[in-house]
Amino acid sequence: MKQKLVVIGAGMASGRVLEHLTETAPDAFDITLFNAEPRGNYNRIMLSPVLSGEKTYEDIVTHDGGWYAQRGIACRFGEHVVKIDREMKVVEGENGHVPYDKLLIATGSAPFIIPVPGKDLPGVITYRDLDDTNAMIDAAAKGGNAVVIGGGLLGLEAAAGLAERGMTVTVVHLMGHLMERQLDEAAGYLLRKDLELRGITVRTQASTKAILGEGRAEAVLLESGETLPADLVVMAVGIRPETRLATDAGLDVARGIEVNAQMQSSDPDVLAVGECVEFDGHLFGLVAPLYDQAKVAANTLLGQPDAFVVKELATKLKVTGCDLFSAGDFAEGEGREDIVFRDPARGVYKRLVIEDDRLIGAVMYGDTADGSWFFGLIKDGTDIDEMRDTLIFGPAYQGGDTADPLSAVAALPPEAEICGCNGVCKGTIVEAIAAGATDLAAVRASTKASASCGTCTGLVEQVLQVTLGDEFQMPAAQPICGCTDLTHEDVRRLIKAQELKSQAAVWQELGWKTPNGCHVCRPAINYYLLADWPLEYQDDPQSRFVNERKHANIQKDGTFSVVPRMWGGITNPAELRAIADAAEKYDVPTVKVTGGQRIDLLGVKGEDLPAIWADLNRAGLVSGHAYSKGLRTVKTCVGTDHCRFGTQDSTGLGIKLEKILWGSWTPHKLKLAVSGCPRNCAEATCKDIGVVCVDSGYQIGIGGAAGMDVKETELLCQVPTEDEAIEVVMAVTQAYREGGKYLDRLYKWLAKVGMDWVRANVVDDLENRRALAERFELSQSIYRKDPWAEHVRDKAPSYAPIADFTLEAAE
Amino acid sequence: MSWIDIGHIDDVPLRGARLVKTRLGCIAIFRTAEAELFAASNACPHKGGPLSEGIVHGQSVTCPLHNWVFDLNTGEAQGADEGRITTYPVRLEDGRILLDARAITERSAA
Ligand code: SRM
Ligand SMILES: Cc1cc2nc3c(=O)[nH]c(=O)nc-3n(C[C@H](O)[C@H](O)[C@H](O)COP(=O)(O)OP(=O)(O)OC[C@H]3O[C@@H](n4cnc5c(N)ncnc54)[C@H](O)[C@@H]3O)c2cc1C
Ligand code: SF4
Ligand code: FES
Repeated sequence: MKQKLVVIGAGMASGRVLEHLTETAPDAFDITLFNAEPRGNYNRIMLSPVLSGEKTYEDIVTHDGGWYAQRGIACRFGEHVVKIDREMKVVEGENGHVPYDKLLIATGSAPFIIPVPGKDLPGVITYRDLDDTNAMIDAAAKGGNAVVIGGGLLGLEAAAGLAERGMTVTVVHLMGHLMERQLDEAAGYLLRKDLELRGITVRTQASTKAILGEGRAEAVLLESGETLPADLVVMAVGIRPETRLATDAGLDVARGIEVNAQMQSSDPDVLAVGECVEFDGHLFGLVAPLYDQAKVAANTLLGQPDAFVVKELATKLKVTGCDLFSAGDFAEGEGREDIVFRDPARGVYKRLVIEDDRLIGAVMYGDTADGSWFFGLIKDGTDIDEMRDTLIFGPAYQGGDTADPLSAVAALPPEAEICGCNGVCKGTIVEAIAAGATDLAAVRASTKASASCGTCTGLVEQVLQVTLGDEFQMPAAQPICGCTDLTHEDVRRLIKAQELKSQAAVWQELGWKTPNGCHVCRPAINYYLLADWPLEYQDDPQSRFVNERKHANIQKDGTFSVVPRMWGGITNPAELRAIADAAEKYDVPTVKVTGGQRIDLLGVKGEDLPAIWADLNRAGLVSGHAYSKGLRTVKTCVGTDHCRFGTQDSTGLGIKLEKILWGSWTPHKLKLAVSGCPRNCAEATCKDIGVVCVDSGYQIGIGGAAGMDVKETELLCQVPTEDEAIEVVMAVTQAYREGGKYLDRLYKWLAKVGMDWVRANVVDDLENRRALAERFELSQSIYRKDPWAEHVRDKAPSYAPIADFTLEAAE
Repeated sequence: MSWIDIGHIDDVPLRGARLVKTRLGCIAIFRTAEAELFAASNACPHKGGPLSEGIVHGQSVTCPLHNWVFDLNTGEAQGADEGRITTYPVRLEDGRILLDARAITERSAA
């Protein structure tokens, strides 16, 4: 007698089961197929091409009415199953009961909906089935703004499809980079870049607070307080196995319906396949393993021995032009080794992860041709020791590395400008070389190229090398560190020229050899990015030396020093009392007056930092940045307020300057002083920037120091008014910020660019002076604030240990 | 081996570290990638620098006091410097950080 088989869900997994069953044993079962969707099985993964318009629904149907009819399958489409009665062996549909001998649950999964206000508004949709897809197509026909919440596989396919249909699309993603489960940062960066080229805006580290709208979705409110206009909101933040029926029927359910290797649930007559199951702790979200499950389930139903095993998976994204591939385990595990290949010119990134001479993971972007070959190596556990050196080049390795900086210079046209300061183009330099200038000094002398700020020195040398070939002995330029062959100057130039606005962009476009830099380059790149793109780039604390990350100076025993700001060296009894109270309360072992006219609390425990800062903040004291490559102090003398020789209000100007400059980051530390007369009690002539007041105005000197080198300032200019003095100081600070090499004090930068250049740009060219000051002010609109207060507010818990076992009773 | 749940992965900043205090000294939990963790003794063998305060890069950390670099897989100092930090098994499960209990109870005082 024929057995009765009932199948719940006509999706991709059960579709395969039915194919196997009806092929091998067409007469074994009377089959009834329920599906909540009013249609049979279609290729769900091709919904994205339907959304983007590359395909139609008809193209992706796998089983049409005829297919089911030929096999005698009773179809109950558009009918939900509401209950399974295992005792009676009956399935209850909305329109009536069906008894079963064997039951197959294949209910797939349901999109996860983040529980924010407004989630139920019309205009908010998920991305799971044809109806969702059609809803998106309809919405897109009206144009307007779409916000896609979730930067994973589904979200990005939705975003690309909607953009293709003419909507203005923003992707809001919680994590630091897109598809963080499948991609590492570098690949995530390239993906983002490709999506942005299509006009899609990507917001990472953005958390949705609410969906706003009257009667329908109108905007998405982010935790940051920002609102994004949205005529359509697509929620694609993840999926949850659809297990409600199984749970109600008393089957074992963990995250998914628990099955054994034969795809049987805790009731042997009830099988389950697809995204609704959990096997050995695994959940499934891609079709490849579901097809394996389907074969096993069919065999189990037919009484054939078979067992499901979990295999490695590979991911691709179905967005035309975004070529990515990821497989295996590239994010977890110890004892692994990375091989990284980057070809910035082609936007290619490849990373292989090796453990015990086996390839265990691969991430690729831009060129994924070798993906399946690598995937094979991963699945087979092939020993790769022999081919380790050439592995990254794939099976068709032909040798050679295509990323050659010289060829880029060779390709420049003659009219390409090499030296921006002096407006010298490549052709001019090549002519000078032909006329006998065969080294840098000679080119400089005859063309002035690289004779000013010097940042193009490397380029001029490369032109020499390209033109002269072997005759030119390239001086060994000092690369930043082992992660790159580029110099600081090269990197600064390229960050601006190529508009690189994230560290991942720098690593990728400039061909970094390590996955994410090292302690030498990371702080430098972080500085360059925040100095050049103050609004776009977000400062990365993890790329900062501990002092700047924790806003306190680390001591030899791991404690910290705390130095509150005393504007211009002026204090009052209330501040002194607050400092004294804090010193007492936190058992500060040493209280010292510094050489910078303020008070240092030395030996504070790391865990106490937020608390001591909060106390100091309460008295109006803010961080003195005594740890930063940034503005330190502005020393002053008593000036006209008290001194019989004072010519101008040096104390007042010092305080004004400190209030304007504080919080700013500079290539190295920046110290200022203002003296009230040439007797110079504030030692202004040995500061990075020093102002000496005279009867007729303000003398501004720059390039002083009194550390490892003792330098006297050189006079930059004298200006008649305080306002002008302030503008010049801001402008020269900004010029140093924009041009200086990381960890060069101002005097070293000055030696490279020359006083003439600074005077021309900062003093004489009034328009440029103002522009520099304005750029400084723009950056300060972000950075002029007390980091202590911010850490007390947002980061205090991170100063405590994550776990403390010292307090537990000893066993 | 038994595992102790010490917190959520998101409590450790990416390319950063957090401390676990034990009676035998501090253990640093390093997060080198979105879902990659290492655990090691916090004290630098050079002059005791707190490694959890160092810059984390690749699968290494640089000591904040004098820039010794340690490979977190092996604990070995890199380059010309010689020394080793003890490393401990750590696991990530459903976003939770699990540390080998022996790291807390039985490790040799180092
Ligand atoms: C606290 C203080 C000494 C004091 O007790 O007076 C001090 C302490 C340190 N100085 Fe200084 N310097 C201090 C005034 C100076 C001065 C005098 C001044 O500013 O008027 C100088 C010479 C002037 C100059 O900078 O040109 C000075 C030249 C240096 C140098 C050499 C810089 C150079 O370019 O050659 C370093 C090393 C460095 O920065 O790389 C340094 C580095 C340091 C560090 C940050 C070393 C470190 O990395 O840990 C010391 C931190 C101690 C701590 O744990 O807090 N300190 N240091 C002074 C803090 C001033 C303030 O209120 O912010
Ligand atoms: C847009 C999109 C793109 C994708 N792209 C890819 C890709 O590129 N590669 C890849 O490998 N995977 C991709 N996937 C995932 C893949 O589609 C799924 O893994 C696969 O469809 C799951 O198959 P399933 O049979 O478990 O569930 P489904 O295919 O979802 O089928 C489950 C069916 O059960 C029905 N159902 C649920 N509850 C009941 C009930 N109570 N009564 C009756 N019927 C019910 C549902 O209506 C549904 O039709 C994509 C998914 C989507 C949505
Ligand atoms: S001179 Fe400055 S850096 Fe040197 S020991 Fe004294 S405080 Fe430290
Ligand atoms: S204490 Fe770590 S390098 Fe010196």
